[in-house]
Amino acid sequence: MSDVSLMVNGRRVSGAAEDRTLLVHFLRENLGLTGTHVGCDTSQCGACVVHVDGKAVKSCSMLAVQASGSTVVTIEGLANGADLHPVQAAFKEHHGLQCGFCTPGMIMTATDMINRHPEGLDEATVRAELEGNICRCTGYHNIVKAILAASKTMAKGAARAKAKQAA
Amino acid sequence: MGIEGVGARVARKEDKRFITGAGRYVDDMVVPGMKHAAFVRSPHAHAQIKKIDVKKAQAMPGVIGVLTGKELKADGIGNLICGWMIHSKDGSPMKMGAWSPLAFDKVRYVGDAVVIVVAETKGQARDAAEAVEITYKELKAVVDATKALEKGAPQIHPEAENNLIFDWEIGDAKATDAAIKAAVHVTRMKIVNNRLVPNAMEPRAALGHYDKAEDHYTCWTTSQNPHVARLVMSAFYNVAPENKLRVIAPDVGGGFGSKIYIYPEEIVCLWASKKTGVPVKWVADRTESFLSDAHGRDHVSTVEMAFDKNNRITGLKVDTIANLGAYMSLFSSCVPTYLYATLLSGQYDIAAIHANVRTVYTNTAPVDAYRGAGRPEATYLLERTMEAAARELGVSPAELRRKNFITSFPHQTPVIMNYDAGDYGASLDAAMKTSDYAGFAKRKAAAAKKGLLRGIGMSCYIEACGIAPSAAVGSLGAGVGLWESAEVRVNAVGTIEVLTGSHSHGQGHETTFAQLVNERFGVPIDSVSIVHGDTDKVQMGMGTYGSRSGAVGMSAISKALDKVEAKAKKIAAHLLEADEGDIVIENGALKVAGTDKNVPWFQVALAAYTAHNLPAGMEPGLKETAFYDPSNFTFPAGCYICEVEIDPETGTTEIVQFVAADDFGNIINPMIVEGQVHGGIAQGIGQALLEGAHYDASGQLLTASYMDYTMPRAGDLPSFQVSTSNTPCPGNPLGIKGCGEAGAIGSPPAVINAITDAIGVADIAMPASPSTVWAAIRAATK
Repeated sequence: MSDVSLMVNGRRVSGAAEDRTLLVHFLRENLGLTGTHVGCDTSQCGACVVHVDGKAVKSCSMLAVQASGSTVVTIEGLANGADLHPVQAAFKEHHGLQCGFCTPGMIMTATDMINRHPEGLDEATVRAELEGNICRCTGYHNIVKAILAASKTMAKGAARAKAKQAA
Repeated sequence: MGIEGVGARVARKEDKRFITGAGRYVDDMVVPGMKHAAFVRSPHAHAQIKKIDVKKAQAMPGVIGVLTGKELKADGIGNLICGWMIHSKDGSPMKMGAWSPLAFDKVRYVGDAVVIVVAETKGQARDAAEAVEITYKELKAVVDATKALEKGAPQIHPEAENNLIFDWEIGDAKATDAAIKAAVHVTRMKIVNNRLVPNAMEPRAALGHYDKAEDHYTCWTTSQNPHVARLVMSAFYNVAPENKLRVIAPDVGGGFGSKIYIYPEEIVCLWASKKTGVPVKWVADRTESFLSDAHGRDHVSTVEMAFDKNNRITGLKVDTIANLGAYMSLFSSCVPTYLYATLLSGQYDIAAIHANVRTVYTNTAPVDAYRGAGRPEATYLLERTMEAAARELGVSPAELRRKNFITSFPHQTPVIMNYDAGDYGASLDAAMKTSDYAGFAKRKAAAAKKGLLRGIGMSCYIEACGIAPSAAVGSLGAGVGLWESAEVRVNAVGTIEVLTGSHSHGQGHETTFAQLVNERFGVPIDSVSIVHGDTDKVQMGMGTYGSRSGAVGMSAISKALDKVEAKAKKIAAHLLEADEGDIVIENGALKVAGTDKNVPWFQVALAAYTAHNLPAGMEPGLKETAFYDPSNFTFPAGCYICEVEIDPETGTTEIVQFVAADDFGNIINPMIVEGQVHGGIAQGIGQALLEGAHYDASGQLLTASYMDYTMPRAGDLPSFQVSTSNTPCPGNPLGIKGCGEAGAIGSPPAVINAITDAIGVADIAMPASPSTVWAAIRAATK
């Protein structure tokens, strides 16, 4: 057993975990954050994507002890209180989800993707960068649409924030 | 249509929990004292079990119980069954081999469950499962259905000689043979429909909880039809009587057919909970899912299509061998028969059809319904054959189809189905227009300049949904009726709960069903809750599959709403001192038509429950129940056109355009319908280009992870151009046909027709992977 201590969704949490415990299982079972899902065992499907120190990470490919000391954001921590994150809002508006199982990972991947492309995104880039996330319901059509829309919304938000700062 | 009513593009109510991580799937459930299970599965495709030694496993840390099939059998748990009886053409019933939830004498496929281990943690359960020692005597295995029928093939079940489950036929053999004999042209094809794994993103899971004090079981399970699960587990598997068994299917992460069936694991978890005294949870990992979920398709067929001198089809003869795997899954027998051969007329007026279907045991995972279930196999066979025929006859594929279209309705086919409505020419025209079919030659020439091979292919599909009139399916062998139930509960403040036997696992029922209520009573959809997936809440239902929840499930709701409306109008008439026949419902109020006299909806509801001033003799309350039994199947149809560019250097196929023009009847929420089509097309393209379940000759599944089985990813697919041109279904009150499976049914032949057009070959195997396409190009240019 090892002690694991990390910041999750703005809260400091700690606990003991078997050395073999994956981050995803620590989040789900120790912390009860069941929004992060397990869809495969080979780090192919991306249902378990969370942000570790600001980067999208498949939480099934990382041990909980490896994440000790890190800052983790899961799907539960993405919204700002009652205000949905623009990516969450776009998935709803554009019907980017059906059964909802891959959705948390998709949204976390998409948020990271948009953050890494402040210059904006096009369809080909979105499709290429979704390589690590599998959805069986939507055929990706509306996921791509949602990510492109969210990218625009977030760019506008960033521009407004910048203008405000300048003023 | 209001902003939330029928036809409105309303964002889904259920999304909020899914996008915030608050969905509740079976693996998210925690019950006090809950422990974890792992199954020991057969590593062999075919073997006798000589000895099971659980001593070492029992001594492992954290182990609570290690249980075997002998103990299960001793406790009277029954074998799994197939619930649809098919008779061979000689009159003999299908040969159903015994399928024990835990194998005790013989294993018949890799993944066959043998032992369950219950331990404190999932890790400990798995560690202990590895310590179970089973001695097997390996037997020869067979995985190919055609080979399984050969003399001398390994015998899988003693009940089924030569592994033949049934040899069934439909249609008129004599008339069809005569048509072929008299034909001016006959197109002959061998058609292989590749085996697929459904791959819902949420792996199957079960949590069984036996409450000793109440002698009562609760099962949380990843099911598309919890009531069917309860019925079957009670009536056939002797788990518990229905009143002692509650089945809950909470949020379910996709099904596509694979979560219709009752599998060994949920039965065993319930039984193990009683045996060990703790709640038992099992969650499949992805490889377990590949090994043990019911697979789909796996047909090999020959077809002869006869034409007269005017290029009209005069006869169709089909011979199919369907691989059903090691055991007969719950609905496996109806897929290659009544869901397949009854659709062999397609959109075409064909006077004579005959199909012969042999189903076969092999040492592979059981095969059952996967999105489309039989109809994709029929469509692929027909639409590949039509394409080949057009090329052989030297005519346009579009015009050959158009010439043979059924144009008047109702139309009785020679294979049972009675098509009620459709306009196949309209879908074909729409798809050709959207795809700029006429401009293809130019695009092909432009691609050729870049060194690319461009091809176009179409598919005109029909399917039968809204499954189905209970008496009709009963006469065909179904063990259940296929009606649906609904209960509409109007609360005293006017908010509404709708209890439905349908189950949503991605389809958006919480929104579309509420839209129907809004349309009828003007109640905002946020004031309408849809309750489903729990046998303690909803009395009975048949669940969601076969695109039936709109056509059948919503028709039941509509019927219950009729009853609520009738009573509400009586109350309003009484309160307004008006004639009941003059009351209309508008903008959330009950009004006397043509006057400003009205009473708001919530006041009528309140009046029903205060019961201070009701019409004489009326019972208090406002709650109604309805069962709806469909009068016919529904017949969605459409035309799909696919355009591909192939790089001859690499064999890589890019889908440069995919157009769908569907006829789904009336539509509740176009956004959700489009989403269903997108997803179906992606699965169909997956079948055509990427997916295939492969066993080696010894019965090992080679494609048992996402490293080996190619799932369609975003980069493999284009954006789709989808549209509908609808003819309302005359058979149900809402005019709905269903949209859940069309994409997966119509798309594979369109893709393969496009590829064979591009590279100039008569046929290519699915999945048309780059290596397959590259080899075909090489072979064609030799």
